[in-house]
Amino acid sequence: MIRLEARPNPSRAMVYGSPVIALALTLLAGLGLFGFMGRDPLEAMAIIFIEPLTTVFSVSELLVKATPLILIGLGLSVGFRAGIYNIGAEGQYAVGALAGGCVALAFYNVQGIWLLPLAAVAGITGGMAWAAIPAFLRTRFGANEILVSLMLTYVAVLWLSALVHGPLRDPDGFNFPESRLFHDSATLPILIEGTRTHIGFAVALGLVMLVWLMLGRHIAGFKVQVFGLAPRAARFAGFSERRMIWFCLLFSGAFAGLAGMFEATGPVGQLVPSLAVGYGFTGIIVAFLGRLSPVGVVLAGLVMALTYVGGEAAQIRLSLPSAVTGVFQGLLLFFLLGVDVLVTYRVVRIRRG
Amino acid sequence: MKPMRSLALSAAVALAVAGGAQAQDLTKVGFVYVGPIGDFGWTYEHNEGRLAIEAEFGDAVATSFVESVSEGPDAERVISHLAATGHDLIFTTSFGFMNPTVKVARRFPNVKFEHATGYRRAPNVSTYSARFYEGRHVIGLIAGKMTQSNVIGYIASFPIPEVVRGINAAFLAARSINPDVQFKIVWVSTWFDPGKEADAARALIDQGADILMQHTDSPAAMRIAEAEGILAFGQASDMAEFGPNAQLTSIIDNWSPYYIERTRAVMDGTWTSEDTWDGIADGMVVIAPYSDKIPGDVKELAETARLAIAAGELHPFTGPINKQDGSLWLAEGEIATDEALVGLNFYVEGIDGVLPE
Repeated sequence: MIRLEARPNPSRAMVYGSPVIALALTLLAGLGLFGFMGRDPLEAMAIIFIEPLTTVFSVSELLVKATPLILIGLGLSVGFRAGIYNIGAEGQYAVGALAGGCVALAFYNVQGIWLLPLAAVAGITGGMAWAAIPAFLRTRFGANEILVSLMLTYVAVLWLSALVHGPLRDPDGFNFPESRLFHDSATLPILIEGTRTHIGFAVALGLVMLVWLMLGRHIAGFKVQVFGLAPRAARFAGFSERRMIWFCLLFSGAFAGLAGMFEATGPVGQLVPSLAVGYGFTGIIVAFLGRLSPVGVVLAGLVMALTYVGGEAAQIRLSLPSAVTGVFQGLLLFFLLGVDVLVTYRVVRIRRG
Repeated sequence: MKPMRSLALSAAVALAVAGGAQAQDLTKVGFVYVGPIGDFGWTYEHNEGRLAIEAEFGDAVATSFVESVSEGPDAERVISHLAATGHDLIFTTSFGFMNPTVKVARRFPNVKFEHATGYRRAPNVSTYSARFYEGRHVIGLIAGKMTQSNVIGYIASFPIPEVVRGINAAFLAARSINPDVQFKIVWVSTWFDPGKEADAARALIDQGADILMQHTDSPAAMRIAEAEGILAFGQASDMAEFGPNAQLTSIIDNWSPYYIERTRAVMDGTWTSEDTWDGIADGMVVIAPYSDKIPGDVKELAETARLAIAAGELHPFTGPINKQDGSLWLAEGEIATDEALVGLNFYVEGIDGVLPE
């Protein structure tokens, strides 16, 4: 018989080391998997995990894919630290994209440097508004924010789809479900000429700095930490739980909404029904893989983006199925959770007397 | 860090060598699929077309594909990826890939692109689609004759012109020989979701449908029809395997001749940007073998219609046809123009229900 026993003082180094160990185990498992499939494991792993880092094209695409993951992961990580679980970032992302896209479409014929900031404000507001629903229901009626935010995701995605099929449809588009292409001044500037890497990545990095400062230096960050580590102590200190719930949900909603607006006005350049491709859910993995720390979220976002871009390379170059991406994401999450268990618990063997 | 870097370096060298060796006269053809190649419907048939290219040209071509690409932010990256890795001809096989295809085409003027079911072209972007509604006419006739309950269930994906055309064509054909026939339509808002498609099939059977038609990509409805002992028509592929007793026939999308022709054009240097909309006559729309369940006279009716369409003597949208609200669409003997069909966004008279907006 074996038993798991809580470690009195889990090693701090190991808490941060476990994602690295999980990544290493994922790579090892990948080698074994490809060997088992009869492929050259080193070649396959090089194509998936190393080659995408060697060309300008794939690095730029990594940054494009990582931008919404970093933004969403960053917003979620703050709430998760306080023990408030917003699982509906995908819906807030969709509403943010919709709100930002509506601004771009409303001023379809207008040029102006103010257009993108306005669309960004609309996107942020949209995401916050959608996150306000679970916040209200939780603080007013005690409804579980995990369930409410998750269910609202489906509502938001259907709203996006309905509006793009109807009022927002391109009038010259033969009734196909997509909006007009946004005007140049409603499209995000490109950071690296000839690629799709847009200004949103730089904004995301700036926000990472701000969140890092907030968590370490500001009273709001301190309250978040206290709520997560010792909710009772937080209440004794007179911190309002209601305000914390509102703060965390609106905060993560704002980031998800901004991510949605960036995707709509950046790489896509229009509203389409399938704008929501799971960033909100992958963002949850990114937050935990990044240890809920701002810098960790950046690294985790890049690693998750790599599994997408590398998975496609594996399809093109090796004719592997698209499941490769999902398999590696699953392995990574599995090993991360497994290693985390061993970091906080130790395995004890019990002898039966 | 060191072993990592040397591995990266050797990988890069290996790539450069491999790239150089195959650069000469190999034509590379890439495909972007919206679903998995194992959907046994839409994507499956496009992949059959890809395999047909390989069979036709052998070592002179190399093909690759990326499956299950969503029609959102990822599409442009996947298309660029194919263009950047030396593909000469790229087929993007779903409507939602239209704008990404045009955007990538601008950046890769020497690569040829073929976009299925769209309307936006460029000097290096062609569009192509099939007149699926011609097949819908044939199955509409069979359904009108064979239904006992006079209720036909129709599983529809999205209210875009292609799907609306199919519903109208099948309904008009069924009504032309059976004035009592009704269509029940369920919109599932997906092209490929076996769970939702199966639920829709069950709901339609509950509402009295004894024949199912579908405009979604999986054989889920066919399986339900088989299990429930009713009849159904396959979509995109021959789905007889999934409903040996249920399937009456199927409208098969046969992309192979087109894909071979376009690949040859790239090899010969004769490729130009075109808009292709082929139907039964050109073999792009194929009617699968008729089930033995179809009586001889019905088979003959269907076959006569099929041959007349192929010969250009019969057009499924020939007036008089009214719109659902009773207003006139096509006068006696008037034939719908391609422009009208491309933007079709209303039901014809007699169909119940509201077209989702």
